[in-house]
Amino acid sequence: MEKEKIHPIQKLMDNIWLLLALGLAIPILSYTMWGLIELMNIPQGTLP
Amino acid sequence: MSTETVKAAAHRVCETTGLSIFLKAQFFVKINAVLAVIFLLVGGIAALLLALTRWSNVMLLNDIWYYRMITLHGVNMLVFWIIFFEMAILYFASTTLLNTKMFSKKLAHVSLALMVAGAVVTNYIILKGQADVMLTSYPPLEAHPLFYLGIILFAVGALLVAFNFFATLYIAKKNKTYEGSMPLVTFGAATAAIIAVVALLHGAAALVPTFFWSMGWMEMMDPGVYRLLWWGLGHHSQQINVAAMVSVWYFVATISTGAKPLNETVCRGAFILYILFINLAAAHHLLVDPGLSSEWKIWNTSYAMYLAVLASMIHGYTVPASMEVAMRRKGYNKGIFGWFAKLPWKDPGFSAVALSAIIFGFIGGITGVTLGTEQINIMAHNTLRIPGHFHATVVGGTTLAFMGLCYYLVPLIFQKDFYMKKLARIQPWLFGGGIVLMSFGMSFAGTYGVPRRTYDSDFGGAILETGFDPIAHIFLGLLGVGGVIAFVGLLLFLVLIVTAVFFGPSIKGQKMPTWQSAREQKMTDDLISIGYEEEGKDYHIKTPGTIVLVLIFLLSFAIYYFANWAALADLWHIR
Repeated sequence: MEKEKIHPIQKLMDNIWLLLALGLAIPILSYTMWGLIELMNIPQGTLP
Repeated sequence: MSTETVKAAAHRVCETTGLSIFLKAQFFVKINAVLAVIFLLVGGIAALLLALTRWSNVMLLNDIWYYRMITLHGVNMLVFWIIFFEMAILYFASTTLLNTKMFSKKLAHVSLALMVAGAVVTNYIILKGQADVMLTSYPPLEAHPLFYLGIILFAVGALLVAFNFFATLYIAKKNKTYEGSMPLVTFGAATAAIIAVVALLHGAAALVPTFFWSMGWMEMMDPGVYRLLWWGLGHHSQQINVAAMVSVWYFVATISTGAKPLNETVCRGAFILYILFINLAAAHHLLVDPGLSSEWKIWNTSYAMYLAVLASMIHGYTVPASMEVAMRRKGYNKGIFGWFAKLPWKDPGFSAVALSAIIFGFIGGITGVTLGTEQINIMAHNTLRIPGHFHATVVGGTTLAFMGLCYYLVPLIFQKDFYMKKLARIQPWLFGGGIVLMSFGMSFAGTYGVPRRTYDSDFGGAILETGFDPIAHIFLGLLGVGGVIAFVGLLLFLVLIVTAVFFGPSIKGQKMPTWQSAREQKMTDDLISIGYEEEGKDYHIKTPGTIVLVLIFLLSFAIYYFANWAALADLWHIR
């Protein structure tokens, strides 16, 4: 029997492991890492 | 497959849905749901005491007990009630809907033990008065180490459930227990599980060093860094709720009306937008933090996050639209809203979920996107407008949807029927109505500048004269009245559930008793089993009623959004 051709977008939607990886990567890069880099680069405050 | 896998695992076939319910997984669905409801009661009692304290003419608690109860309320409602219930959903969606046994019973027991131990320890130390730090526990506020340890244990347990869930998906796919793509409800649950992994990793990053600090093993974490990491737990975990709640909307829409998603690909696409972008919304909480740039704030709360908002609007259209199609297919074609009037409003499971979608979208969604705008946020940050928003999403939205699901869990999983069905029919309206009043009270008091989390709204004893417009106190009264009504609705829910689960008539071997007329139920059953394709008619594209609802929603959104910009212009003159 001929195997049904699956659209690449459908393959993406069915690949839960890829979605898990992307779901981890995007917020960790955009929110966490970017935020941490900004906070770590604040110069040390000095007392008046 | 597959039949071997099903045969190998002890299971029963649900008389109503025809689905295989695996007995080991059923135990974990039941126990997690029962535990969830217990912690809902604890959090609900604290909620009542808080409402009667923020009601400025009552001020029931003293300041110490106010902060103790706000901690207890936050931890039990936002963490224990909701996450225990979501664990029940993960077990159900990965086994019953995929027709497979769970990956590991031992792992499920270990995770359950960790979660129960964590929840008990955390509640114990809060009630002992050694953790009056509120849910956020921002350093340098310091709680007893058991507070952090309890939450860490609970989070590890929840992470193990997520692992068990993914492993079950893997064996289901490997054993080919389902054909094609996984069912939409399971996909939604998988979305919730992915978001949960991100949330729990952030929780570990924030709370493990804080636990070490409380033990004296390391220096206090920088408060700015802590806030960034903690909100990766605190707000992300609310996005688990959103994904789980939307999955419940789809499930209940199907079982109560026979609805089928209009376009599964679009619905899945919307869930993927959640996976990719919804977690960025945590940045809303840091919009006035000085250490983070406007670029970081605007990117995370606006450009990227709006893709997740788009996803919610897709679900907000497809769920009612699928019900409209189902109702029109049953013959309710009168006018634009004839189908809407004929929805199964007497079914408390349905009415709870319908109210959840309305409250979540019209109040929670509109206020959330508006308050998350950086410029507008400056007017609302740390005022009661913020709890006014999230009580509409988390309580009016998620909790009400989960209550609705319970009206199906009891007959389908516990195989028991309800007593006091007339009271059950009004329960969602009572609870939902109370939450709406409370949310309005909070939001309008917040527009007068009343702060959140503050014991005395009038700052009694302050050296300089303070206080707010007397109208703010009327809204604080509305908050209190709404809180009391919602608590009565919650108590009624608990009485209905407990009497049914422990003392209700058994319905083993029978179909779920219907809340609809026999004729209505037959039409719903036919739609579920036979489908829509008949007489060559295409009902899938005719949803005029939902289109009108969508237009009303967009108009409300626009009015609220631009009213806030006008308020900002009044407050902050630019010359």
